[in-house]
Amino acid sequence: MVDKTVLARQFIEAIPHARALNLTLTQIGEGEAEITLPYNKDLIGDPRTGVIHGGAISTILDTCCGAAVMSHPSAPGGTATIDLRIDYMRAATPGQTITAHAVCHHITRNVAFVRATAMDNDTDLPVATASGSFTVEGK
Amino acid sequence: MPRPRPEPMQVVKQRRDAALRALVDGVPYIRFLNISFDRRGDELTGVLNFDDKLIGNPFLPAIHGGVTAAFLEVTAVITLSWEHMFPSIESGEIDADAIVSDESIRFPKTIDFTVDYLRSGLPRDAYARAFISRSGRRYASVRVEAWQDNHAKLFAQASGHFLMPQPPRDKS
Repeated sequence: MVDKTVLARQFIEAIPHARALNLTLTQIGEGEAEITLPYNKDLIGDPRTGVIHGGAISTILDTCCGAAVMSHPSAPGGTATIDLRIDYMRAATPGQTITAHAVCHHITRNVAFVRATAMDNDTDLPVATASGSFTVEGK
Repeated sequence: MPRPRPEPMQVVKQRRDAALRALVDGVPYIRFLNISFDRRGDELTGVLNFDDKLIGNPFLPAIHGGVTAAFLEVTAVITLSWEHMFPSIESGEIDADAIVSDESIRFPKTIDFTVDYLRSGLPRDAYARAFISRSGRRYASVRVEAWQDNHAKLFAQASGHFLMPQPPRDKS
């Protein structure tokens, strides 16, 4: 179990695009994962307000969901996204770090089902929520 | 009444290209992913110019699923904004400078976005085109498809809903 957690962390941190966004895996294990995305001016989607683009939120949510699947006790190894839906509840506050939290709530031999949220400092209302299905792949 | 003479081609091209450039180049995240747009008349094709930093799986290697989602969403928003503004760009009501500086020009906001991953994104350029299924006064529904070598073999498709910019009077 510990090995798989270490492996998942190394795997996430070896992803070139995760490095480009400065993603950090802060928590992982038992089908749950947490990843942070620090505020970065390159990721601005609306130059008038400085709000981060929804695409960057998609990336942190997708990465976090994948990490949650890989950390599930019944997952033999890798995973790939089959489908991901994102609901954007509100604009992220400029300057704040975004934290994604994903839970793999059900897994079969072939498919993993995941839900996730993305928060900034205001933890009462998520910036976005996601729900998706992922492949379950052997080692 | 005689038909007015059509505008010289260069005038039309210059006006449309400047407006499109203003729409796209003003967004830092679009530059970060290095997405550009090809224009043929009013029809746009998004181009995701490949770079190693877009990789999500270094072992395959494959483009990051989040990048694919972002590319499709950017193509949807730009196409929607473009079609929404096109009549005002053509009439001269909106010019390229106004798109950058005029605070009253707002852009559609994503309400939800769903991506189907059909194949892994290969480490090379990708293309996307958005189709506006419906664009109402408040909401728009958009479908997007993305491909690489062969347009008939999509590697991802998406559909999403957007909140259209409201005229300043309407406080809803």
